[in-house]
Amino acid sequence: MAAVTILIGVFGCICYFFLSNIALDRLYPASGPNAGANINRANQIRPWLFMFPALALLTVYLVYPVFVSVYLSFMDAEGDSFVGMDNYIWLINDDKFRESMFNNLLWLVFVPAASTFFGLVAAAVTDRIRWGNFAKAMIFMPMAISFVGAAVIWKLVYEYRPDGQEQIGILNAVWTAMGGQAQTWLTSPVVNSFLLMIVLVWIQTGFAMVILSAALRGIPEETIEASILDGASPLQIFMKIKVPQIWGTILVVWTTITITVLKVFDIVLTMTNGQWGTQVLANLMFDWMFRGNDTGRASTAAIVIMLMVTPIMIWNIRNAAREAR
Amino acid sequence: MDNIVGTKSRLVWAVNLCALALVLLWTFPTFGLLVSSFRDRDQITASGWWKAMFPAEASLQYRAPAPDSAKLVDGLYVLEGNVFEGGAGKVSAFGTSIREPGAHEVGSSVDAGDGATLTVLENGDFTITSASAMEGSRGMRIFATTVTPARFTVENYDRVLGAEGLGRAFLNTLTVSIPATVIPILVAAFAAYALAWMEFPGRALIVAGVVGLLVVPLQLALIPLLKLHNDIGIGKNYIGIWLAHTGFGLPLAIYLLRNYMVGLPREIIESARVDGATDFKIFLRIILPLSFPALASFAIFQFLWTWNDLLVALVFLGNSADQLVMTGQLKNLMGSRGGDWEILATSAFITIAVPLVVFFAMQKYLVRGLLAGSVK
Repeated sequence: MAAVTILIGVFGCICYFFLSNIALDRLYPASGPNAGANINRANQIRPWLFMFPALALLTVYLVYPVFVSVYLSFMDAEGDSFVGMDNYIWLINDDKFRESMFNNLLWLVFVPAASTFFGLVAAAVTDRIRWGNFAKAMIFMPMAISFVGAAVIWKLVYEYRPDGQEQIGILNAVWTAMGGQAQTWLTSPVVNSFLLMIVLVWIQTGFAMVILSAALRGIPEETIEASILDGASPLQIFMKIKVPQIWGTILVVWTTITITVLKVFDIVLTMTNGQWGTQVLANLMFDWMFRGNDTGRASTAAIVIMLMVTPIMIWNIRNAAREAR
Repeated sequence: MDNIVGTKSRLVWAVNLCALALVLLWTFPTFGLLVSSFRDRDQITASGWWKAMFPAEASLQYRAPAPDSAKLVDGLYVLEGNVFEGGAGKVSAFGTSIREPGAHEVGSSVDAGDGATLTVLENGDFTITSASAMEGSRGMRIFATTVTPARFTVENYDRVLGAEGLGRAFLNTLTVSIPATVIPILVAAFAAYALAWMEFPGRALIVAGVVGLLVVPLQLALIPLLKLHNDIGIGKNYIGIWLAHTGFGLPLAIYLLRNYMVGLPREIIESARVDGATDFKIFLRIILPLSFPALASFAIFQFLWTWNDLLVALVFLGNSADQLVMTGQLKNLMGSRGGDWEILATSAFITIAVPLVVFFAMQKYLVRGLLAGSVK
């Protein structure tokens, strides 16, 4: 059954492009009395024929929802009657929302900073050793792992056993070996948020490393040779010659990770479900959507995420426009 | 290259050690999961996975039979038995008090108090002898340190794939991710060609729009689209999730493919045009084959993303056995079987196995895609 639907879907897609092109050629044949005019007209229409499915999907799946979400954020729980700013006022006064905003800001500072830092160190280090490619693959690997899978992996790391039992989580094992008391890490506020952030840092560092490594290799040799001749130490070369030259790339990595962070959801849902002070916006939104059944409040939370993304969106569009010129 | 002049062996060492530390830190957690998935429940609860490679040491406490049941053999009162009570095992040391459970070597005879002597052999057999009659109905306690050799099992995989329903979920995930990878490629390739090589008014505007849509958070789209799907009767269905994944993946697909296609040599396309090839033919015969690296990059991205996705599946698919994907199943298991690490570790490893294979096989394209996809 599924295989049949798969075939129909893919086949239908191919058919559209083939048939619509044939139809266009029939409608404005490139021969006969009006060949020239026909070709011109067909060339005006064809781009839109090529783009129609993409534009239609983009409009329905990404543009339309933005407007509906804005509309729903001014409506009540069922989306039936207008409630004005009520949802926004409620949001500002809601403790869970404040907690989410606070946590999201923590995530926004910590995760991009730590990922970029480790990525930069990993890139610098792996470019200088013989087994660098292997090392890169290993650090990059978590990129392929789902957030849920990563959550399981790290939950095992943070696992707690009561005193007297053998610790099976490596964090507690190390902690007790150093003379500490075994902790229920995921239920201790503030620490637990950072432990969740570590999971995302672990995933994103590989991304940062790959991009930054390419940038480091793109640095002109002459600048480095000159600094060696001037007697700069390796650390000085790295900090004062290399890093300033890849500043633009660092910024790109930073913003890309920032966007991932704003949407972080799976890790929080599966590891703590926002309890013990770890709530974040995306999970708050999900909570109100499915457990609260309140489309008004859920949409309002989504709008807040959108607003936080908007500056980066504008920055990206500007950069892309400048590049196109 | 930059250290040709300043090569210092100490620096080389530091760099290697630093890389090693990073690699170990980054692989250790995943490795722990892999090892745990091959251990049975008792082993997982008894010791950390890092001890799995070594024989497990455990301490055992055994109460010998009542002294007054001792038999008289050759003028000595004798109690015999096995500390494993018939089970298998190996004793490495034994003792007579809880304070020193491993005080004595196997095979030695030690004073067990009240004139009695205790001997424990490696296989667990023990003998208590005494010259005078032993009294009382409570047997003495024997403490032993036992060693179980390292042991791995694939039972968990059997159990998880069958009874826990992960085999079915695996198929569901495939059903989601294959069309959700193929359809956006098809749709985006045509659009990217139009945006790269066809002249029409509004082109720059559409490109800017696509770049903007790259970062629209998914969260914003969930409620409106779920309502829309319900209204037009798709509801919670595979078609719905394919369309959703296609829509969410399109901006990146168009962006990546267009950037790649723009870089293709202009001469090839123009000479084809001069030869009378239509745009459709140019696209099929020239652009598509030449764009293979970009197509592969995006295909990997989209496949990994759809395979690993939880949020879209939670919203656009139901929770029934024929629609539950692996990430959803794993999430449910984390709730219902939070402490059963043998189930969790195995399930998690199955869900990440396919992405890992794809990752290691196609890493080159993934890196290329990342480099092209980050907005410069």
